[in-house]
Amino acid sequence: MSILTISDLHISLRTPDGPRPIVDGIDLVLEKGRIHGLAGESGSGKTITALAILGLLPDSMTASGSITLASDAGATELLGAPRHVLGAIRGRRVAMVFQDPSTSLHPQIAIGRQLTDHMRHHLKLRKDAARPRALELLERVKVPDPEGALKKFPHQFSGGQRQRIAIAVALACDPDVLLADEPTTALDVTVQAGILELLRELVDDSGVSVLLVTHDLGVMSAVADEVTVMRSGVVVESAPREQLFTHPQHEYTKSLLAALPGSALEASPETLVHDLLAAPAAAAPSQEDSP
Amino acid sequence: MTAPVLSTSDLVVEYRGRPVVRAVDRVSLEIGAGEVVALVGESGCGKSSLARAVIGIEKRASGSVTFGALDVPVLGIRRRPRALTGMQMVFQDPNSSLNPRRRVGDQIGDGVRAALARGESGSDPREWLERVGLDTSAAARYPHEFSGGQKQRIAIARSLAARPGMLVADEPISALDASTQTSVAALMRDLCLEAGAGMLFISHDLSVVRRIADRTLVMYRGRIVESGHTETIWQDPIHPYTEALLAAIPVPDGAGRLPDTPDDADRLTWTETIPEALERTAP
Repeated sequence: MSILTISDLHISLRTPDGPRPIVDGIDLVLEKGRIHGLAGESGSGKTITALAILGLLPDSMTASGSITLASDAGATELLGAPRHVLGAIRGRRVAMVFQDPSTSLHPQIAIGRQLTDHMRHHLKLRKDAARPRALELLERVKVPDPEGALKKFPHQFSGGQRQRIAIAVALACDPDVLLADEPTTALDVTVQAGILELLRELVDDSGVSVLLVTHDLGVMSAVADEVTVMRSGVVVESAPREQLFTHPQHEYTKSLLAALPGSALEASPETLVHDLLAAPAAAAPSQEDSP
Repeated sequence: MTAPVLSTSDLVVEYRGRPVVRAVDRVSLEIGAGEVVALVGESGCGKSSLARAVIGIEKRASGSVTFGALDVPVLGIRRRPRALTGMQMVFQDPNSSLNPRRRVGDQIGDGVRAALARGESGSDPREWLERVGLDTSAAARYPHEFSGGQKQRIAIARSLAARPGMLVADEPISALDASTQTSVAALMRDLCLEAGAGMLFISHDLSVVRRIADRTLVMYRGRIVESGHTETIWQDPIHPYTEALLAAIPVPDGAGRLPDTPDDADRLTWTETIPEALERTAP
C-alpha cells in the first residue's frame, strides 16, 4: 500500500529572467513500511522535493503537480494545502529528520520538553502523560539513561546521540512518514552504522515509512528498499535496491556506480582519471551555486 | 627508502583550555619522494591539526618537523622562508581557498612565481589547466564560473605549479560530489608521482584512500594506532579501531547489509597501543 504519492511534481524558482525549473516533473511512490532512498548529487533537487512534501519551500519557489498522503479516511493533497491542514500534518503524520542535529534541536530547551511539546500540541496529552512516552521514545532510539537525558540539553550529548534524540523527537507523535534528509552525513562512519541500524529497526518494528534523502550510495545499499536516482530535477532511474546496484539501466546511474569504490561496476582509477581528462570542460555554470 | 622529504618526530599539538586538549600526541612519520601516504580517522581525531602543524600554520607544543634538510618553523607574521614554498597545501573547500576576485590564470601564476623564486623552472599556467583536465580558456575566467570539482582541480593546479616536493592535502575531496571524488584523488596521485613529489593525503573516506595510497596511517584521539602498507591494513587490520572503522563502511553492492556497529565496550579498546599494528609491511 502506498502512503505517499508524488506525481508530476514541478518546482521552479522565480528569477528576474523568468521561472527556472528546479524539479521538473518527478513521480515517486513511498510504500508503507519501506525505506525509499532518494539519491542524487548536490543540486539535483532531492532536498527541495522533500521540503515540498511538508510545504516548506521558500517563498521564491512555486510548485505544481500533486503530493498526496494516504490515510484510512482517504487521501489528502499536500501541495498547496492551507496552513491549518499542513499544521495538523507536520510533526504528526509526516515528520522530518535533518542533517545536522546540532541545529535541528533547540540548544536552550531541555530534551524532555523538546520531546513532549509535539505530543502535547498534536495529541493533547497532559504533561504527566507525555513523560512516560518520552522515556519510551528515548529507550527506543537507545539513548543511555533516558531518565537523566530528559533533563539534559543538546550540547551534553555526542553528535550520534543528538541525532538519535532528533529521531525520537520526529517519532514523538507516531508519524506515518519520516522524511530523513542526509541523516548520517554529518556523522562519523562508526556512528553512522548505529543510526542506519536504528532506522531499519524502527521501520521493521513500527511500520513507519521513510523517505531517505542522501547522496551516499553506500548508505542506500545498506538500508534502502527502493532507490530513486535524481539528476538536474528529473528522475533518471527508480528500482528496487538490489536491481539498481547490480543491473542499473541508465547511463547516469552506471557512471555513479563506476566512480564508487566497492561497487559491482567500479572502474579502475586509471579509467576514471582518463575520463576526467578526456572531457576538457570550459567553464560551466556551477551546480552548487543554485540557491 | 632514500632520505624522506618530510618527517616529523614526536610532534605534539595542544590547545589551551581546562583540561588542555592534546590534539596530536607524539606523532612521528616519514614520507619519501613519490610516495602517497594517507592519514585517516574520524572527525576530531587530530588529522587536520597534524596537517596544519606539518605545514607550519599550527603551533607545535613539542617535537619537530623537517622538510628536506630544513626545519619547518611555525608561520609568523612575516612571509615564510622561500625554500618552504616547496611544501604546498590543498584545502578542503576550494570556495574559500581560491580568491574569488582574481582570474584563475593569475592564481595559478602565483604558484609558478613561487617555483621561479626558488630557482625552479617556470611554466605556463595554461599548461597546468590542461594537466588537470580543464580547457586553457579557463585561465581568463573567475572561480565562480566553475563547479566544485573543477574549482578543486584549479586549486590542485595552483599548488603543483609551485613545483612542490611535498603536497599536504587536507580532505581535498570531501566537498566534491561522489562521482568526482575518486577521480580527483587518483588524478592527484598521478600528478604527484609525475612531479616526483610526496603527498600526505588526509581523508575520512577509507574506500577512496585504499585506491590511491601506498601507505596509510590510522589516527585515533591524536595517536597513530595503525600504520603501514595500505592493502595489508585493509585486508587484515590488527588494531580494534581500524577493524571497527573498516567494518562500519557500508558496501555499495546492493545486498542490503547493515554495517557493523561498534558498542561501548569496543570503543574502550580503541585507545590501546598495539606495537604490531605499526609499520606494517607488504605481505
